[in-house]
Amino acid sequence: MGDKLRPFQRLLIALASLLLLGVYFFPLWYIKLWAPQYPEWLGMFIWVNTITGENPHDLYNINILNHYIGMQEINPDIVPELKILPFIFAFFIIFGLIVAITGKKKLLKIWVWSFIIFGVLAIADFWWWEYRYGHNLDPRAPIKIPGGAYQPPLLGCKQLLNFKACSFPARGAYFAVASLILGFTAYIMDFFKKPEGRLT
Amino acid sequence: MKGRGLKKLALAIFAVAGVGGLVFSKAKLSKEWQDAALKTYVPPGEHDEFYAFLSGGFNGQIGVYGLPSGRLIKIVPVFSVNPENGYGYSEETKNLLMTSHGFIPWDDTHHPQLSQTNGVPDGRWIFINANNTPRIARIDLSEFRTVEIIEIPNSAGNHPSSFVTANTEYVTAATRFSIPIPQKDYPIEEYKKWAKGTITFIKVDNSEGEHNNRMSIAFQLLVPGYDYDLAHCGKGPSHGWCFFTSYNTEQAHTLLEINASQRDKDFILAVNWKRAEECIAQGKGKKMETVYYHNYIDPETGIAKSEKKTEVLVLTPKECPGVAYYLPTPKSPHGVDVTPDGKYIIGGGKLSINQPIHSFEKMIKAIQNKEFAGEIEGIPILKYESILHCEVKNLCLGPLHTEFDDKGYAYTSCFISSEVVKYDPKTCKILDRIPVYYSIGHLMIPGGDSAKPWGKYLIAMNKITKDRYLPTGPELPHAAQLIDISGEKMKMLLDFPTQGEPHYAQAIPASLVKPKVKKIYELEKNKHPHAVKTEEEAMKRGVVRKCDSNGKCEVHIYLTAIRSHFTPDNIEGVKVGDTVYFHVTNIEQDWDIPHGFAIFGAKNSNILIMPGETLTLKWTPQKPGVYPFYCTDFCSALHQEMQGYIRVSPKDADVKLCWSLGDQKRCAE
Ligand SMILES: [Cu+2]
Repeated sequence: MGDKLRPFQRLLIALASLLLLGVYFFPLWYIKLWAPQYPEWLGMFIWVNTITGENPHDLYNINILNHYIGMQEINPDIVPELKILPFIFAFFIIFGLIVAITGKKKLLKIWVWSFIIFGVLAIADFWWWEYRYGHNLDPRAPIKIPGGAYQPPLLGCKQLLNFKACSFPARGAYFAVASLILGFTAYIMDFFKKPEGRLT
Repeated sequence: MKGRGLKKLALAIFAVAGVGGLVFSKAKLSKEWQDAALKTYVPPGEHDEFYAFLSGGFNGQIGVYGLPSGRLIKIVPVFSVNPENGYGYSEETKNLLMTSHGFIPWDDTHHPQLSQTNGVPDGRWIFINANNTPRIARIDLSEFRTVEIIEIPNSAGNHPSSFVTANTEYVTAATRFSIPIPQKDYPIEEYKKWAKGTITFIKVDNSEGEHNNRMSIAFQLLVPGYDYDLAHCGKGPSHGWCFFTSYNTEQAHTLLEINASQRDKDFILAVNWKRAEECIAQGKGKKMETVYYHNYIDPETGIAKSEKKTEVLVLTPKECPGVAYYLPTPKSPHGVDVTPDGKYIIGGGKLSINQPIHSFEKMIKAIQNKEFAGEIEGIPILKYESILHCEVKNLCLGPLHTEFDDKGYAYTSCFISSEVVKYDPKTCKILDRIPVYYSIGHLMIPGGDSAKPWGKYLIAMNKITKDRYLPTGPELPHAAQLIDISGEKMKMLLDFPTQGEPHYAQAIPASLVKPKVKKIYELEKNKHPHAVKTEEEAMKRGVVRKCDSNGKCEVHIYLTAIRSHFTPDNIEGVKVGDTVYFHVTNIEQDWDIPHGFAIFGAKNSNILIMPGETLTLKWTPQKPGVYPFYCTDFCSALHQEMQGYIRVSPKDADVKLCWSLGDQKRCAE
């Protein structure tokens, strides 16, 4: 058994890398808000490099509503992660392709574990942003939140005063997850070696 | 003692329950009304099937109702000022109501008409006439706002208006009241000498795109001085013609109720507008000096422009043979209505019990064969027998106006006998009649005057309500009644009171309008010169005071409105004698979040500003003091806090011009 990947494994990691291109075309996360006054819902997409409203003025309107509870303005320009994230994904794409070309097992291992660590950190960071938005409320705001916290959920729906806030991964995230699954599959194929390998 | 009290109480409860029971049993509807209720009930949160547009008559507006529920959804201000939202008061909308007689705050609206394509209402616009000071307005149905008004020169009593041709090539106007043309102070009794009428064709620019400068007067046809009453234009085979009823062919100028009712027959005037176009192309029209105004909203700024015009093209029938014919029609006819296939022309001979139906085909033949019974001022009179398809015998008393359903049947409103009569215009046989309460004027079927009636419902617009509603003193509402016309027999469904006096109406399936309706105005596209699009910009522009050499000063205050404050909201340095303009921009971009603006002592009105829009209210403070302003529309939970102050100082005071919001403060140099 050498340190080279089999062709099928190389194909998988190449596909995994290319799948990551999807994060540049689709949003990663989707947050939507419902209230009696918003039967049409307000929606917000988090992209690899920005935050946008689902409809043209949704983000503007969410910010107008948030000012009543003293939440900071949601402004993609002040989120440094959105400047770095495109490069991180680019790194995983290029690194993954290098793995496929060189076929080095060790590199695949690094790719997979660094991707998993990155994923965990990214979700933790997202939660940390939500925490800060939900807790750094202006004490002079007209509406005081009971308990002083208004943190949107990481996953699923939560009732926050008159708003029902829901948070779900969006298509871009599915591309990333699919990429990780493919890369991980390529990685664990080594642990389930073919019988003929043992015979030789 | 206690026991008796309890007994009394029990009795009282029993009595109340009994009364309740009575009321309840009264609320149990007969089978007929239960069926009607099911057909008209629109559950909470659901939409009506049709938009109906009812003219407001003497309120000068258009009422928008849902059918079949009869619910009033909105009143669109057209020819009357509307302090409710500042229409006609704001600096932006004032110019819409400019005329050659100056600013006119009121008029009398009669006949709304939807724009058409191939003879079918298309849901782009609705036109409506001003009867008193002749004008036509165009309302854009993406905003439900009046966006253009054109004055009609050489006219009085613009009643046979605003009827459109099958592709909205033209919208018509004509004179119910004949006048001297040009105006001059003749003795009234020389009526026959001075009385003239005009039929006006207004060209409509149907091109796509957002511009509101669409109407222009193409030409006016000078016609004999009768009273032209109503109109409708042809479609299909009769496309190219428009028909106008006339009464007072006796040419009375006093006591018309007697003097104008003597003749056995008056006329329908048939105008061939395609022929008129030919004559004009040949240079047969004459330019005439006159004055009229054309006003329209610039969609980029939202500000109405007012243009003064000084010339109109006039055509006389003598110089353009074939442009017009008179169709004899009994007796002081009111409505003139063309069947959906364009083949028959029905005149509502309001003093005749027989309803004449003319055949368009026969009319053309009679013209070709010169079957004339005379001529008036170059207009040949066709022989009645030559053009008549049939008379519907003993139709009713006081037939006024006819519309059509999707199966080809005609429905005529009868004022005197207070009923609607259904008949087949081809066989001229009466099929059904239904009483209405009381004294119907016009009736309306969705698309019922077009090439494609949607049928299903008919509304009767009644002039008298008497005991139909809870009494409200001597002044009672007018009302409409909804009738089911889907079956063989007409069925009464619903009564609903209306605003003003609906004369005529139009209706269109909601699906043809709803998708185009705007929710907000895009702030980004707002090119109003006084718009401030952010609070920073409002603080930067702040307040500007300019004085002329006579010491007259104008103050411009730039404000933003957003939930729940104005920026700036404290203003100082304004003086008594200043003319103050509040330019308020609603910087919301959310659906249904208007803000209002009212200032203490304003002699005009409040303004209601839609998201993305800028409106201006003029204010002339009279005395020194501190005056509050506030948002008049309950916009948010902290609406009540949406207020501010302006300090007005004596003329000679030394108070700096400053404005602030919270701890941000700025002053003029
Ligand atoms: Cu407000």
